[in-house]
Amino acid sequence: MATQSSRLAARLTLAPSVIVLFIWMIVPLALTIWFSFRIYRLLSPDRTGWAGFRNYVWFVNSPDFWLAISNTLLLVGGVLAITIVFGVLIALLIDQPVWGQGPLRILVISPFFVMPPVAASIWENLFMHPQNGMLASLALGVGLQPILFLENYPMSSVIFIVSWEWLPFATLILLTALQSLSSEQIEAAEMDGAGALSRFRYIVLPHLTRAITVVILIQTIFLLGIFGEIFTTTQGGPGSASTTLPYMIYKQAVIAKDIGRAAAGGIIAVILANIVAFFLMRSMGKNLDV
Amino acid sequence: MARAVTPRRKLLLTASAWSVALLIFFPVLWTVLTSFKTEVSAVASPPQLFSADWTLENYAEVWQRSDYPRFFWNSVVLSVGSTLLGLVIAIPAAWSMAFVPGTRTRDLLMWMLSTKMMPAAAVLIPMYLIFQRTGLFDSRLGLVLALMLMNLPVIVWMLYTYFKEIPAEILEAARMDGANLWSEILYVLTPMAVPGIASTVLLNVILAWNEAFWTITLTTTKAAPLSAFIASFSAPQGLFYAKLSAASTMAIAPILILGWFSQKQLVRGLTFGAVK
Amino acid sequence: MTMTLRALLGASVALTLAGAALAETTITVATVNNGDMIRMQGLMDDFYAKHPDIKVEWVTLEENVLRQNVTADIATNGGQYDVITIGTYEVPIWGKQGWLESLNDLPADYDVDDLIPAIRGGLTVDGNLYASPFYGESSFVNYRKDLAEKAGITIPDAPTWDDIKKAAAAMTDKEAGIYGICLRGKAGWGENMAFLTTMANSYGARWFDENWVPQFDQPEWKAVMTDYVDLLTNYGPPGASNNGYNENLTLALQGKCAMRMDATVSAGALTDPKQSEFADKVGFALAPDAGLGKRANWLWAWSLAIPASSDAKDAAKTFINWATNKDYLALVASKEGWGNVPPGTRISLYENPEYAKLPFAKMTIDSINAADPTHPTVKPVPYVGVQFVAIPEFAGLATTVGEIFSAALAGQKTVDEALAEAQKVAVEEMTAAGYIK
Repeated sequence: MATQSSRLAARLTLAPSVIVLFIWMIVPLALTIWFSFRIYRLLSPDRTGWAGFRNYVWFVNSPDFWLAISNTLLLVGGVLAITIVFGVLIALLIDQPVWGQGPLRILVISPFFVMPPVAASIWENLFMHPQNGMLASLALGVGLQPILFLENYPMSSVIFIVSWEWLPFATLILLTALQSLSSEQIEAAEMDGAGALSRFRYIVLPHLTRAITVVILIQTIFLLGIFGEIFTTTQGGPGSASTTLPYMIYKQAVIAKDIGRAAAGGIIAVILANIVAFFLMRSMGKNLDV
Repeated sequence: MARAVTPRRKLLLTASAWSVALLIFFPVLWTVLTSFKTEVSAVASPPQLFSADWTLENYAEVWQRSDYPRFFWNSVVLSVGSTLLGLVIAIPAAWSMAFVPGTRTRDLLMWMLSTKMMPAAAVLIPMYLIFQRTGLFDSRLGLVLALMLMNLPVIVWMLYTYFKEIPAEILEAARMDGANLWSEILYVLTPMAVPGIASTVLLNVILAWNEAFWTITLTTTKAAPLSAFIASFSAPQGLFYAKLSAASTMAIAPILILGWFSQKQLVRGLTFGAVK
Repeated sequence: MTMTLRALLGASVALTLAGAALAETTITVATVNNGDMIRMQGLMDDFYAKHPDIKVEWVTLEENVLRQNVTADIATNGGQYDVITIGTYEVPIWGKQGWLESLNDLPADYDVDDLIPAIRGGLTVDGNLYASPFYGESSFVNYRKDLAEKAGITIPDAPTWDDIKKAAAAMTDKEAGIYGICLRGKAGWGENMAFLTTMANSYGARWFDENWVPQFDQPEWKAVMTDYVDLLTNYGPPGASNNGYNENLTLALQGKCAMRMDATVSAGALTDPKQSEFADKVGFALAPDAGLGKRANWLWAWSLAIPASSDAKDAAKTFINWATNKDYLALVASKEGWGNVPPGTRISLYENPEYAKLPFAKMTIDSINAADPTHPTVKPVPYVGVQFVAIPEFAGLATTVGEIFSAALAGQKTVDEALAEAQKVAVEEMTAAGYIK
């Protein structure tokens, strides 16, 4: 099929997507690189000039930097682990012969339709609040002290909230994949006397590998940039206990209004994200016959 | 996987599946319930369910306080517009990747996805400047473009994985019959990929609807969608949870209802090529 | 036939002309979603009746989002807004940059001399009024009189910190879910640092000395932080490090805070029976002092200003005059009662016998008058601003310091560690910004 004309057609059809995405990427990127070497504080326009690598040095030397990186990885890893493990379990459960599969699916995917700032606000105020939250009332009801989620377990709380938002996405993809698994295969294994666990281990899980890879890839890209939920719930605290790299950048750009430093942080984040993506593709690319 | 099971087992499975589903759904349900309580009742501890003061006042107030229909309409225009525009650009690209794969197809896809890796806050001022200088600030066109470009990588990828499942022979047969490239894509490929396209559309409408950083930052009055509507209801003085819940319910209800009606489509098409 | 057609044509031309004569100016007003601003949006019929040629488009946003959007617009000369809502921290800085239109030429009925001097001073740079106050606030103590009585204590109208500590200890009943004192703990320059800076002022501490050298290594700050952490740890609600203005207000409305120190503007909500069942049991007192001549109360005014980039400055001035005029206060009073009038901007309001009947009126004006942005501290300082330092770097620096202090409150750091860290960060920032030579 790879004739001359089809090669040309392929280039022509690809061109619009590639060109617009290239512009969309390169213009802000170029501006960001430029700003990252400038002294640019929004509120002090008279103080300008070249900063050399000072913005980068500040960012990397900032006491929060390494914590922010490990928190970012923790957030991505934690959410991935929770959504995939529970996604698989819930998909398996819904895929069983149960009454009301349609309504069930609707209930499970509904968190996906809630805007992230709303989701964070609901969890913070109506559930995790140490005096008025439902979880505090439950704890008091059984004679326990309420857990101070956002004060004592800030990172875990943020991971939990984000996981709730993304669980439907993972579940949906895994469920779709699961439904394509032929029942003959399972039945044959059952005939051979394979237990439920080994059926899962040797038939279901391999079948889901691709779907899991897709979930990891897409979610990672979205999760690497998360800061809104953190801003709503913990403000990166207490201290900097729940500060992630995107939140650090957000703070520089929006609160400190130091565009130079925020830009330097952005460039660092892009480099790190690409490193993560590279290793992701190295370790899992073969699962995607892309 | 529909196999015969004993009624008892089915009952047990149904019960556990429903408990899990209700647990996941509960926060959404609670938000809706809270939206019908008075502010005092909304923050009562222990939480009130049967003893709560029920009221419609929150909705009346939210409705009166802001121009909901305008925000709603903007949300519709932005999410649907960006998705359709994305399809127009992405279908040819996905065709090319699926049927004339080059050695660099995979790199290209990864590069497209990597355009989403810049943290939003880092490009806040660059984007602001670009939108200001091009006159796209607070215009629906500008936001449609921005949302389209944000989601384009996902659209291309999803479509590509569908198209790959369509046997190339069918397209070749069409070409033998004299179809040119455009009619091949438009009349042969697209109809065959309808389930995939449908779920691509749905997923992207949802992602665009829920986008709550750029849609707030790059708009003022003309193009502001429901995310901006929500941002006017959180954290004022005094009690606000019931009103916030009412506003949230109004913001998520349309997309929730759309999702509910189309969940079968969504599930059928969300394969990302994971189905063999 | 032709006659009717001509008549119709004529009529439509006349209509078009009339339409052109009534050419509307549209102004875009960006505002925070606080109750007083929301109320103003409900009273717009009055404005349109008086000014049919001006159309107002509202952008109502939550405080943080509003600040982000308005700052980006003004600093890049975007020109999206004709009227913006900003506070006493922004006005002097932006005014000095030439980003705001001077409001010196508002009509005589604006009566600029009626503005409360402390508020007006905070919005004036080099003799130019750059923003018109919409509502002003200070901070004070509110407490539940029934609990104070039960505990057998009285809180004086002008308490000292010792009074506050004793009262907090006496009223705390954690078993019953009653916390002796609620103070801001959530990190942020406008959250915990607003409170802590006023507390520091009353303890004789200051952010910087005359040469812009940070003072967190001084004993006064150690006393501030020690008492703050002790108070909240012993008598405050659990999870206090995540409580900001709103969280504490909610707790106070529910009666869970026996005592709270926060904005005077919350008095309206606290005394509103629809919002709190303790509305008739609320007492007020001035913010405490430590006998050094400065009380721990701040000064803030949400104000309306016109960006220099606006292309409808005249219409914007007309709107600002309407929204912050004496007549507007009377309008709100006639429609919604005196309790809902935006407080803290005009002397005449506090001279009004009707308004003086409100339980919080006198305390509010006394608190506002007790704040002095030009001499905020016991020892001399090179800056203006009571609960902030009016320099562009403050928001970023104070938020970082606020995080450190909030970690100390959460028990993740000792007071000494937190202060040492704050000092280090502050010295670095001030050096980088060129204040310390």
